[in-house]
Amino acid sequence: MNGPPPASRPPGPALSRRGVLLGALAGAGAATLTGCATPLGAGLLKTESAPDAVEYWNLFGGGDGVRMQQIQDAFRKANPGTPLKAITLAWGDPYYTKLSLATVGEEPPDVAVSHLTRMKTLVDAGLLQELRPEDLARHGMAAENFNQRAWQAGLVDGRTYAIPLDTHPFVLFYNTDICQQAGLLDPNGQLKPITGEAAFVDALARAKRVTGRYGATHGINADPASPWRFFQTLYSQLEGEILADNGTRIVLDDAKAARVLDYLRALTVEQGLIPSGADYPGAIAMFATGQAGFHLNGEWEISTFQTAKMPFGMTLVPNIFGGPHAVQADSHTLILPARPDLDQARLDRALHFVRSVLDQSLTWAEGGHVPTWLPFAESEAYRRLSPQSSYAAAADTAVYDPPGWYSGSGSNFENVIGSAVGAVEGGQLTARAAIAQIRSQLSVLARTPSPV
Amino acid sequence: MATTIPAADRTRTGPGSAPPGGADHRTRQGRPALLFLTPFLALYLLFIIGPALYGLVMSFFHTSMVRPGLGEFAGLDNYAEALGSSDFWWAIWHTVWFTILTTPPLVVLALVFALLAERVRRGRWFFRLAFFLPYVLPSAVVALIWMWIYTPELGLLSRTVDTLGGTAPNWLGDPAWAMVSLAVTTVWWTLGFNFVLYLAGLQDVPRDLYEASAIDGAGPWQQIRRITLPLLTRTTTLVVVLQVIASLKVFDQMYIMTSGGPNFSTRSALQYVFDVGFTDYRTGYAAAASTLFFLLVLAASAVWLVLTRRPESEV
Repeated sequence: MNGPPPASRPPGPALSRRGVLLGALAGAGAATLTGCATPLGAGLLKTESAPDAVEYWNLFGGGDGVRMQQIQDAFRKANPGTPLKAITLAWGDPYYTKLSLATVGEEPPDVAVSHLTRMKTLVDAGLLQELRPEDLARHGMAAENFNQRAWQAGLVDGRTYAIPLDTHPFVLFYNTDICQQAGLLDPNGQLKPITGEAAFVDALARAKRVTGRYGATHGINADPASPWRFFQTLYSQLEGEILADNGTRIVLDDAKAARVLDYLRALTVEQGLIPSGADYPGAIAMFATGQAGFHLNGEWEISTFQTAKMPFGMTLVPNIFGGPHAVQADSHTLILPARPDLDQARLDRALHFVRSVLDQSLTWAEGGHVPTWLPFAESEAYRRLSPQSSYAAAADTAVYDPPGWYSGSGSNFENVIGSAVGAVEGGQLTARAAIAQIRSQLSVLARTPSPV
Repeated sequence: MATTIPAADRTRTGPGSAPPGGADHRTRQGRPALLFLTPFLALYLLFIIGPALYGLVMSFFHTSMVRPGLGEFAGLDNYAEALGSSDFWWAIWHTVWFTILTTPPLVVLALVFALLAERVRRGRWFFRLAFFLPYVLPSAVVALIWMWIYTPELGLLSRTVDTLGGTAPNWLGDPAWAMVSLAVTTVWWTLGFNFVLYLAGLQDVPRDLYEASAIDGAGPWQQIRRITLPLLTRTTTLVVVLQVIASLKVFDQMYIMTSGGPNFSTRSALQYVFDVGFTDYRTGYAAAASTLFFLLVLAASAVWLVLTRRPESEV
């Protein structure tokens, strides 16, 4: 500021400039106050824009997001009297923190999506509305209408807090052209069953000979979730458990974990059947461009490979260790966050919307998820849906995260184990070192009193 | 911008010469200044000071993300837990290591490029723009570009190294390389800011000093050492302080490019706070960890200020 000092300036213009500024401020204030009709105004004054609306939060992007939009549009068309306000937030922490805080702040959505493995923490925190059988019955929903594995896994002390929409297992994608050349398909063009450690190695090795690069891919770099899912699948096939007593006790079986980790190390570091260095998108790209015959991932990536117009099939992750078949999975559930002003009409509007989503299970199942709503899951329409129905059995052998305040989809529990498993697959840790690391990091979490 | 030449001015008038005007002048300006500052101060109190104080209070409680209120009083439990946690100390070390890797190149290269860009006779605008341009990109975009470059086997860098006959490491997947790769990305991205500060500093070096020294027979290297660098001391102090603080604040690059991996080897202090606060819902403990980290940044800044203030007062 190099102008003359204010005292030497005639007072007139200075005052008028101040006046203009003050006037502008007052104007802006008035505009804010009259803005009740806007969401901002409604939020500030705690009035609702439409009292008979259903507010719905979800975490779906990509192909899932598109399909959920279709489901919402169909609801709007069928229920013109019930405005639907749908909000999509990014999966993981951004979603669950906002959902928790909105509920704590007594401004929750009427209906929200939650992973089954995250829902129990929300119940423990007292953030969810219990769904009583008589209320569900008014909308034609009862326990026997749902896949029992998902339904039972979602109960807390025998009470229902969540309606499972699907089961989303870890599955095996295969490139039908490559597998054909490798002699891995049956006459119907389906993958021949693979059972046992040696058979899986052999299948990957044969695919590798065809591609010249790799047998299979899955995300390892910057992607602890995929190694976690693969580990949990195989470890559960050995009937291994990780946590007990609601997460306060670690019951990791070192021998079983070492067997799985040694096997994963053989597939990656020792035999080079799976690349150690691929990240999540890289693993997808390698499979989509024919550099690998197999891809291990959640079934939700079906849309990616359909868009890539590549020849592929999907099936259960093989039973490698010979125990009962088991596969890592989670479920999307619909929950009603607790709210003090819940009345019968609001509850019924919310449950009506939940039922409407279940009725559109076909749209949802096209995205790869195994439906839990039995009227559709047992229908001919679903059986004809290919390749989606070819791994439907995964819903019955699904293994969910063990309960604990620090476990669940995208949790630090999965991150701790997935990081150590990824380090084994990347060749940086031995099985023994990885188990020691998992133990020490989990024991910190197990010792910590639950924050909920 | 300032029209005076602070460094040169100081050498000419000498230390201790008071600015024109005086105490009387200052008080007369005080009230209108406060009035103009009010909107900023209100927002600053509401969104910076307020939450910071609330966080400090929270760090003494077992506050939970999913429970209303502060929760049970914890005393110093949260601090004791953080100080005794190896994960916390590793995260602090990762942040410090990142700062050590990024600060020297970001200061030295910025100076070198500013000197070079200043010497260019034609198309000077192009070089200024070229060095500054990456800085305007958002962190997510930078992360995406460099993740492609670092992609094993298919990526630009790995391909190039392989073509030249070497074996490319797994840039982001090998714990030995991941932090270095993140540092290289960061240098490319944020160099432009320091570059501009140095360019501005160079504009303040009076031309006549160069002319006089040239007449006395000084070469370009001597001019840089004896004239440019000493007169840029204040700029360098500023650049280093800003850079250390910016590097200690690192979060985005790791969060997007490595998720703190492989196997937690690039988890920064802020990501640790994020993990325990948001993923584990333990906001009280996260507040304690972040307070400890704040003290570290404060200590680093204080040490630097003490170290650099002394030589300056001797000028």
